[in-house]
Amino acid sequence: MHPAFSVIFLTTLIGAGQGLFLALYTGQLYSVFKLLPEQDSVHFYALGSFIALLLLMAGLVSSFFHLGRPERAWRSAARWRTSWLSREVIALPAFMGAVAIWGLIHYLGWNPVLVTLGRGTQIDLSLLVGGVTTLLCFTLFLFTGMIYACIKMLQEWATPLTTINYTLLGGASGFILATAFAAIHGAGMVNFFAGWSIILTLLAFATRSASLLRNARLRHKSTLETAIGIRHAKIEQKAQGAMAGSFNTREYFHGASKRKYKSIKWLFLVLVFPLPLLILSLGLGTQSAALFVLAFLVQYVSLLLERWFFFAQANHPQNLYYQTV
Amino acid sequence: MTQLALVIDLNVCVGCHACVTSCKEWNTSGTAGYMSDMNPFSKDPTGTFFNRVQTFEVGQFPNTETVHFPKSCLHCEDPPCVPVCPTGASYKRESDGIVLVDSEKCIGCNYCSWACPYGARELDAEQKIMKKCTLCVDRIYDESLPEKERKPACVLACPTSARLFGDVNDPESEVSHAIRDSGGYQLMPEWGTRPANHYLPRRKMSITIHEDELVRADNPLKKERKLPMPDADDPTLDETTSW
Repeated sequence: MHPAFSVIFLTTLIGAGQGLFLALYTGQLYSVFKLLPEQDSVHFYALGSFIALLLLMAGLVSSFFHLGRPERAWRSAARWRTSWLSREVIALPAFMGAVAIWGLIHYLGWNPVLVTLGRGTQIDLSLLVGGVTTLLCFTLFLFTGMIYACIKMLQEWATPLTTINYTLLGGASGFILATAFAAIHGAGMVNFFAGWSIILTLLAFATRSASLLRNARLRHKSTLETAIGIRHAKIEQKAQGAMAGSFNTREYFHGASKRKYKSIKWLFLVLVFPLPLLILSLGLGTQSAALFVLAFLVQYVSLLLERWFFFAQANHPQNLYYQTV
Repeated sequence: MTQLALVIDLNVCVGCHACVTSCKEWNTSGTAGYMSDMNPFSKDPTGTFFNRVQTFEVGQFPNTETVHFPKSCLHCEDPPCVPVCPTGASYKRESDGIVLVDSEKCIGCNYCSWACPYGARELDAEQKIMKKCTLCVDRIYDESLPEKERKPACVLACPTSARLFGDVNDPESEVSHAIRDSGGYQLMPEWGTRPANHYLPRRKMSITIHEDELVRADNPLKKERKLPMPDADDPTLDETTSW
């Protein structure tokens, strides 16, 4: 498939935004149970959720560039019963709204205690809203992944690993961002976030490699024989029905040379996983915020390569009708 | 339930592209808007088409066979492009099974074109909406046209009658007969899309005749006590032989 930059930015930006929210909320949960030091509502949670919202907003804006008719985008919420894309269109603003409410509760301090558990553990409103937001966050990861995983014709995508990768890569990217944010604005949260960043990056490395291995040994169901219905071992295309290409030759092919395609795969495998891990561990040693910021930036930019490869690798069966592109 | 479709005879198609040009001519003034062309008169011309003819060469030289292969929307009975559409712009008509795009609702997200394994949909480069074969829905029901012209433009244009049009769910229709009699098949059956359009395969044009089939071995006039057939190298004389 042709990697569209609008979708590459959409999925990586909202992934980071979702991960950042999950990190902040996990931090809040731990501090409620006195496992981590308490943070400042305004400077940590409100500001953090504002950054997450900015990322989500940037992703949403980027998605509009994918549409031929962005002025009709509102229509895309109509078919949530059948279309995963429609479901995502609903889930993204819903999640953004929930993050905004969660941030606002922290910012305004309008945070009444709802229940007091034993040993003085207080469950306040922000914790409840954050729980609902977390549910919406995972729903959004599921919907985003399913947009790709539900198309059985694109066999490289039609696997649960697609959804798992979106979740883990988004989570890793968001937790590294939370580490950098905590190094600047938090108190005593850096090691917790950095630890989870390392775990999530390693998990994402495992599942992304699994999907690469799976796709390397994939057998495509369609062949030129089933595409035109002629049983013969040797069929050669002589004309594609258009002199200078068409939508079919542009939309479904990545257009990169074999060398570029292969090098991007190895590049992202190194830049998304081992390099940020190295920078993270250096950062943990020196407790330097700049290194954590660098780790996030390196991984984010490399995730663009990872997403490019995700699209480029998908081989659409219609390409059988265009043998010489 | 009616399911209108095309049946395309690959044995007859000569690859003249008349269906392509007549399709474009008719549909560029259709209700879904024109079919745009980019650089039509300069280098690298490209544009929107509902129907394209491709050519394949089957076999190893010199024993090759050229197959011209017209390709358009197959109006699947279980179309994968319809449920994925987020706006409901892509739909399948209950009444006749034609798969259409509502040009007023389409947001141009390309998602339906990803779900179609046949690459039958094209995003119009200028209008930014998805375009596809309508089976000339604005012509086949037009009562101002003479009845024999109420067919898709490609069917009317085909000089070899390689394209048949009708209801594939009616067992007595012309298309159903053609599918049954000539071994009509569907493209990429592995995806379970149940395409309504069918293709008729190439058929062998040679027959084997053995020598004894050229000359009759028995004498059918034996009962009339007429003379038997003379040897093949005997001179043939009228009156003396019954043959």
